[in-house]
Amino acid sequence: MDISMIYYLVPTLVMFCCGIYGFITRKNMIAMLISIELMLNAVDINFVIFNRYLFPGQLEGMMFTLFAIAIAAAETALAIAIIINLYRAHKNIDVSDLTKMKF
Amino acid sequence: MESVGSTIVSWMIIIAIIVFSILTVTTRKILRAATYLLFTLFAAAVLYFKLDYEFLGAVQIAVYAGGIVVLFVFSILLTSHPGDNSRRLTSRRKVLGTIAAVLTLGITGAVLFSRCAMMATQLPAMENPSMKLIGETMMGTGAGQYLLPFEAISILLLACIIGGVVVARKR
Repeated sequence: MDISMIYYLVPTLVMFCCGIYGFITRKNMIAMLISIELMLNAVDINFVIFNRYLFPGQLEGMMFTLFAIAIAAAETALAIAIIINLYRAHKNIDVSDLTKMKF
Repeated sequence: MESVGSTIVSWMIIIAIIVFSILTVTTRKILRAATYLLFTLFAAAVLYFKLDYEFLGAVQIAVYAGGIVVLFVFSILLTSHPGDNSRRLTSRRKVLGTIAAVLTLGITGAVLFSRCAMMATQLPAMENPSMKLIGETMMGTGAGQYLLPFEAISILLLACIIGGVVVARKR
């Protein structure tokens, strides 16, 4: 059988919805960041799939994914720096307990 | 017509993505969540290899598995005790999250199936993009070439390094 585009689009949709669910329900900041990574990755995969199936031979979707991966890496590094700093100030990284932005 | 082995690999990728991404958000131990995230990212990398974007698959493994997940594991071990379960979810949050996720799934899935189900039923033939082509696309200044975003990314990474040092240093 042939694997058509929809077979790859559905798992990425499920992945994106898992990211939404995790982002709303989790309280630990690192777990929320993991959910954000899930959503970012789902979108990356979608770019590649559309590029491959609809415009084979062009590189637009692939370049977009490359730049998105670089931006995701930068974002994660900064977010983890902030989280570790928060942990040092409050000894806790649950979002429901962090009510002050001062430190 | 694809070969049987190729179809089996595709189904394995599909199942791995779905199962591991659901496990990532439902497990209560956070270190396991990071591990399942790693498996999901590997499945994505295998998908890139399967779709003939070898360079992209290598970048995905190197940056995500080699960089980001290691950062996650470090910070999890720094900020929590690895054996701990996360706190029980309050039912209000759980309901809210489930509603948002299921609504997104339903609406987007309906649109997807009504518009894209019959689209692109076969994988079109494609040469692997050669490294020369990728390099020229990344560094060229012509139409459809990406020198300006490339340089913008380099400035972003520089700003990120400085920001990371400023935020995380000891006072």
